[in-house]
Formats: sequence, C-alpha cells, structure tokens
Amino acid sequence: MTVYLPIAELSVNIFIILGMGAAVGFLSGMFGVGGGFLITPLLIFYNIPPVVAVATGANQVVASSISGAITHFRRGTIDIKLGTVLLCGGLVGATVGLWIFSLLRRIGQLDLVISLAYVLLLGTVGSLMLWESINALRRAAKNETVTLKRPGHHNWVHRLPLKMRFKKSKIYLSVIPVAVLGFCIGILTSVMGVGGGFIMVPAMIYLLRIPTNVVVGTSLFQIIFVSAYTVIVQASANYTVDIVLAFVLMIAGVIGAQYGVRVGQRLRGEQLRALLALLVLAVGIRLAIELVIPPKEVYSIVSAGLGF
Amino acid sequence: MRIVSRLVFACLLLSAPLAAQAEPVDFTEKLDIGISTDEIAITSDFRGADLTIFGAIDGADPGLLAQGKYNIVVALEGPKENTTVRKKERVFGIWINTNSMTFEMVPESYSLSSTRDIETIAPPGDMNNMGIGVDHMPLTPVGFVGDGSNLTEFRDAFRRLRETTGIYQRDPGGVQFISSSLFKASLRLPADVPNGSHIVRAYLFRDGLFVAAKALELRVVKTGLEQAITTAAHQQPFLYGLVAVLLAVVTGWLASVVFRRD
Repeated sequence: MTVYLPIAELSVNIFIILGMGAAVGFLSGMFGVGGGFLITPLLIFYNIPPVVAVATGANQVVASSISGAITHFRRGTIDIKLGTVLLCGGLVGATVGLWIFSLLRRIGQLDLVISLAYVLLLGTVGSLMLWESINALRRAAKNETVTLKRPGHHNWVHRLPLKMRFKKSKIYLSVIPVAVLGFCIGILTSVMGVGGGFIMVPAMIYLLRIPTNVVVGTSLFQIIFVSAYTVIVQASANYTVDIVLAFVLMIAGVIGAQYGVRVGQRLRGEQLRALLALLVLAVGIRLAIELVIPPKEVYSIVSAGLGF
Repeated sequence: MRIVSRLVFACLLLSAPLAAQAEPVDFTEKLDIGISTDEIAITSDFRGADLTIFGAIDGADPGLLAQGKYNIVVALEGPKENTTVRKKERVFGIWINTNSMTFEMVPESYSLSSTRDIETIAPPGDMNNMGIGVDHMPLTPVGFVGDGSNLTEFRDAFRRLRETTGIYQRDPGGVQFISSSLFKASLRLPADVPNGSHIVRAYLFRDGLFVAAKALELRVVKTGLEQAITTAAHQQPFLYGLVAVLLAVVTGWLASVVFRRD
C-alpha cells in the first residue's frame, strides 16, 4: 500500500515507513534514546530528500521524547531548573544551527556535512560507549563493584563562575557549561535532526557529574522543547516538515518503544550500553563507507524545489 | 489567466523556429488532438497514471498515409525549473560535490511517445531546433561555464540520470493509428510526476518534414488532504509547524497514557 507524502512529493510504501518507525521506536525504548540519529539516516537511505528527513525526524523526536518525559515526570526525575538552563542554550544553538543548515544547503554541501557530522559523532560516541561498557562487563565478570560517579571529585568544570544551585539534582554548578552543552546539542538538532540524547546523557554524567537518576528525564525535557522549536522554524523557513510522514513514523515509533522498554528491562545496564554502542558504531560505519567508496553515480540532480 | 498567456507564449515559441523551415512547402495537413481530461489528480494512493491522447490528421494524402509516410510524436513536458547537476570528486579520500552546472528552465518530467524511433522520423538537426526528445531538448547553462569543455559531460549526465529515474521516458511505439487518419498516443506519468502545469505537444511529420504542431495544457494537481497540507505548509508555515508539534505532543501523551504501567 502506498501513501503519498505531500511535502516530500513522492509516494512511499506505508509498511516500510511503519517498519522503520517501529524498529527505531523499539530501539529507542530499549536504550532510552530519542532515536533521531537512526531515523534521519534511514529516511535518507529510503530516498526521502535529506532536507525533509532532518525536519521530519525532529518532529518524530518530539513525540518519542514527550512520551518518555511524562513517565519521568510522574516519577519526579526531571530537574526543571537545570533543564531550563540547558534549554536556553539549546534554543540559541538551534537558531545558529538553522542558519548553518540554510547556508550549507545553498552552497550544496549539506549532504556531505550531515554525513560527516554523523560519522564523527556516532564514531566517537559509539567507541567511547563501547570501551566503557566492555570494561564494565569485564569488571562485572570479575565481581568487582563499579562506581560510575566519584562524589567529591571535581574537575575544571566546577571551577567556572556564575554558579547556581540545582536542588533536584543536589548540585551547585556554573551555568556556563550547562548552557554551552545545550547550545552544542541545539546545533545538532537543527542540522542533523537528532534529539542529541545519546551525546547529552554521557556529557551530563561524565562531564557535569549530574546524578544519573535525573539525567535522562532532564535531557528528554530539554529535547522536547528544542526539537519542537526546530520543527516550527524548519516549517516556517524551509517548508520541509512532512506531517504525513511524521505521523506514520510516530504512531509506529511510540508503539515500538513500548515493546523496546520491556526487552530493555530484561537486560543489564552495561549489556544495554554495549549493544547501543554497537548500533551507534554500525550506523556511523555505514555512513563512513558511503563517503569513502567510489559512488556508483558521481552526478546528482538538484531541482529548485526540495532536492539539494 | 497566467496559464493561458504562458500557453500562448509557448505556442509562439514553438512556431518561431518552425516558420522559417516550413515556408518553402505549403502543407495542407492539419493536426488535431484531444485528451479525456485536462487535470490529473494526485490522490493519497497515487502510483502514476496512464494518459491517452487522441488525434486526427486532417487533409492527409491517402497515398502517403497508406505508405506510412506520416509520423507523429507526442511529448508531455512537465513544469520547467532551473536545474543543477552536481559532480562528486574524491578530495582527501572522501567524495565531495565539487563541480556543478545549472541548466535554464528544463522540464522536471518528460514523456515522449511516437510512431517510431524519433531519430528515424526527421534529421537530428530539425529535432534539435524544435527541441523534441530527451536527446534534443535545449540544455542551456546558466552563468559562466568556462571554456565549456565539460558541457557535454554534464548534459549527458543530466539526460542519463533523468532517464534512469524514469522521470524522463520515451516510447518509440506509443503512437498507433486506429484508422487511416486517427491516432492514439499513450503516455505514462510516473509516480513522482511533479505538480503543476504540464504541456502536451503533438508534432506531425510527413516523410521527414515537419508539418504541424498542436499543444494542450494538462494540470497535475494534488487533491483533498494532500492539497490542504501543502497549502497550509506554504501559506501558514508557522501554524503548520505548530500543528505538527501538537500532533507529536498528543501522540506522545496518548502513548504514555495507553501504555501506562506504573
């Protein structure tokens, strides 16, 4: 059964889109990530114009992070104050990102930069996570106790000025690194269509030393708003949000996520992290191969419309 | 109104190069064509469409008709846009778009149907003048192209890409005579046919010489929900974005309610 996407202006097989949404939803539920870093490349592999894929991916991220954030809100694991500081940086970052997006699109290097950014980010984050989780698995095998957070241990981040007290997280921290982190993630959201949870969560844990229990909820809280902002601005500036595509993706995504969560609960934390690391690395490698091997077709056509 | 004037302009354009060529011979034949619809609707399950165009040759010479000396070419030209072809090259080990060339106002889709291979209908020079066929349509670069040495390369790439994706197509047996002077042309519109004003052009050739041409407009439009969504996205973009976000919020919220387990 085909469905016509009014903004992407092409007909697609609805079952393939549903399958993609469900698969990404399953993985995002299992690992507790938004799944934007998977959905955007998948849509591009399926010939959706990258400009539409990025904007529509952000819309799908809104749906999946809302459903996750509500659960965290009920459990009281969101630090609204910390999330708001992240968000302020995020909105500025998203605005800068949109400007970069339009510029790259104009000079015809958008696909290259999106691919390169994905390869770099996924490669780095995937390798770090894999390294960390393999060590954790080995320690677990030897029955050693693992402490992720070393309380009292301060790094350079904690010497910065403009400190603020975040009651829920029980930390006293400068707003500068928080806002800068939000800013960087904001850029990624608008250029790559990702929520950025897979970068934000480790950065909050390892760099800012925010307690693990509030990290996921708080990052989801800020991702909702930055993605929503990106969707509205992309829709206003580039007319590239395909609501039909987004809707099909989110329906399948939220259902898939529920089953993912169930499977995720049966696995141990470090096993999950190792699997997620492998997944992240696989996507990164797949994109890297595409950049390096000689393409089948060196020419491409760009119409004044959606392509680039 | 704008469409009509564009059509008139198109016809003028069409007849301009032909006038000079057609003058020495005085043809008595006239060409008439008709389509069953002047509008193709893109619905949510649109998978492409087949278009049949009927036509008649008025005042044809029965002897020449019997010998098969009359040939007909029917082309469906999509809306025209400036189109850029980019070329990737290896830079520091990765493949990057380096060169590009933009062609002026080329059709976004093109379907050609003829009584036989158009190369055997008239000399290539004539086809070039009239811009009939994928290999003969004018591809004029915009702006500075240097010494033009890579012009052929980009033009060939453009034609090849458009034909491999099926957005440009040709059917050398698509026009058939149903009676001595009545003919039927079948054209295929691909699933990704662009929206907008398309032009059906029919050309009549007698023994390798161009005789007459006719043009008709065909609109390809999105309908119902698809149209409403596109209009909203372009005319109320902010509101549209807001609705997209709201949809996501409601979906996410509903999911957390439906699947609530704690």
